[in-house]
Amino acid sequence: MIDFSTLFSPENLETARITLGSALTLAGAVFSAAGSIGVIRFPDFYTRMHAASVTDTLGASLVLIGLMLIGGWSLVTFKLLCIWVFFMFTSPTSSNAAANGALRAGLEPFLGKWTGQKVTVKGQEALKVQEEKE
Amino acid sequence: MEAHFSPSVLIANIVLMGMLGVITIAIIRMRSLFAIVMLSGVYSLVSAAWFQAMDAVDVSFTEAAVGAGVSTTLILAAMLLTVRTAKPSKPISKRWGPLVVVIATGAVLLYASTDLPSFGAADSPANSHVGKAYIDETPHDVGTPNIVTAVLASYRGFDTFGETVVVFAAGVAVILLIGFGERARAASDWRGKDEEQGENFSDDSHLILRVVSKFLIPLIAIFAFYVHFHGEYSPGGGFQAGVIFAVAVMLYAMIFGLRAAMKAFPPVWARVGAAIGVAIYGLTGVVCMINGGDFLDYDYIFGPPTGEVHGHHNWPQITGIIGVEVGVVVAVACVMITAFYAFAGRVPEIRDEDW
Amino acid sequence: MLVAATLAVIAAMALLLARAIMGPTLYDRVLAVNSFGTKTVLLLGLLGFVTKRPDFLDIALLYAMINFVGTIAILKFFRYRSFGVPLVAKKPDGSVQIGEAHND
Repeated sequence: MIDFSTLFSPENLETARITLGSALTLAGAVFSAAGSIGVIRFPDFYTRMHAASVTDTLGASLVLIGLMLIGGWSLVTFKLLCIWVFFMFTSPTSSNAAANGALRAGLEPFLGKWTGQKVTVKGQEALKVQEEKE
Repeated sequence: MEAHFSPSVLIANIVLMGMLGVITIAIIRMRSLFAIVMLSGVYSLVSAAWFQAMDAVDVSFTEAAVGAGVSTTLILAAMLLTVRTAKPSKPISKRWGPLVVVIATGAVLLYASTDLPSFGAADSPANSHVGKAYIDETPHDVGTPNIVTAVLASYRGFDTFGETVVVFAAGVAVILLIGFGERARAASDWRGKDEEQGENFSDDSHLILRVVSKFLIPLIAIFAFYVHFHGEYSPGGGFQAGVIFAVAVMLYAMIFGLRAAMKAFPPVWARVGAAIGVAIYGLTGVVCMINGGDFLDYDYIFGPPTGEVHGHHNWPQITGIIGVEVGVVVAVACVMITAFYAFAGRVPEIRDEDW
Repeated sequence: MLVAATLAVIAAMALLLARAIMGPTLYDRVLAVNSFGTKTVLLLGLLGFVTKRPDFLDIALLYAMINFVGTIAILKFFRYRSFGVPLVAKKPDGSVQIGEAHND
């Protein structure tokens, strides 16, 4: 039979907490680094934006949650929670604003390398107008 | 004594300084002013991280707030009035004179720096006399845990008064050189004018930005007050708090328009507030003088010191420090906002096609 | 493991710096600078834990706010070339979209 009182004893819980926190932090840092590699290697602004924004938010969340676990019940954890809530709001908003700005300014996405499509965004709008006329 | 860095911090220091070097070279070689402005923001960021790695937290705080936040916005606003690319610089072969001078000066400075004491050495002159005295005497004299704030606001309060006056003078210089901005003046006469007057709107509703900013702007303002009041216990204080409050107003102006921002925080308040901030600082000192002490001697702020033991909190010192920090917050915030209104309110003279 | 995480974040920062310098368009640079700011916040938090002084998270919190403001400033500035334009659209009949800041 499993002896729960020693399995969940305070020292074991604490070790588990710190280990889990460190593992999450490392995972988050690895995600961030992977996102940065994507930003270097991807061919176009929109694909880079995809890499950067998704891995930014995820990596930052994992790192902050891991640090919260390491910190335990203290003011530090509360401040990390505030930073996390902030990131949840501002990181996607900045990505949206940047992509929106680029699209409105006329930056064309790079289509066609894998899908064979030859039509850009403006071309698609022109096609739609043609369909409505017909 | 050798400086003791843990290996990870040492690697972090070396890498961060390397990045600073790379950024500097990139800034020098680039010609697009937008890119240069963004890279200088990144430079301030890396500096803030580097200062944190070297244990200078108050400096890191100020660098992050001012260098990366406000400076980028103000330099962008200044770029509004000029073209977007820098002129090409002359090739190096025609400028060997300045190059030689710069290399010689740099070599001399590097050679002189080998004579400095090691980082954190306990027997360096700064750490063994005055530094040690501050660390020993602060719990008794001032009683706040943050010794940097105690030195800034209490032991060297007169210096900080001078810095506040310098910030105020910079604000006055901006107003003298740029003026209050034509649109700023017109917008500050908003009472009685028709809303139809020439306010242009954007071509997109930007709903996400507006909703998120409505959530964020009050939080930034509250954070400014937190930094101000917590400056005695954690890194922070008046200067950083003033800058953060100015950033909140700038964000409001950017999202909801300059006219709306000027309704919420009129330029008149900003101009008068700067002077009032300096006056609050001076008045705190004068109150001490009235009660019989020296200028800015906080022990006399409630009357002559009674000589009793202060228990857990040294109330005269704490009152004095908060009083002068309020003055600093108001002065710095109002000067930053004035500068922003002055820059943002100017009508650009270069047409859009030439830009 | 925290040390490894710190080094990974620093490597990420260096890569983003390369993109900020190389990026052919302005938007690549905006993207890189925004991500760089996020990584800096993480780095400040991690450094605080590595040096066993986690009480200095105020700087990270501050920088999370300032990063947002800087990105919005650059984007708005590049698009509208002015800070004063409110980010509100006008409907064709002249009235303003729902949710405008001031109606009085």
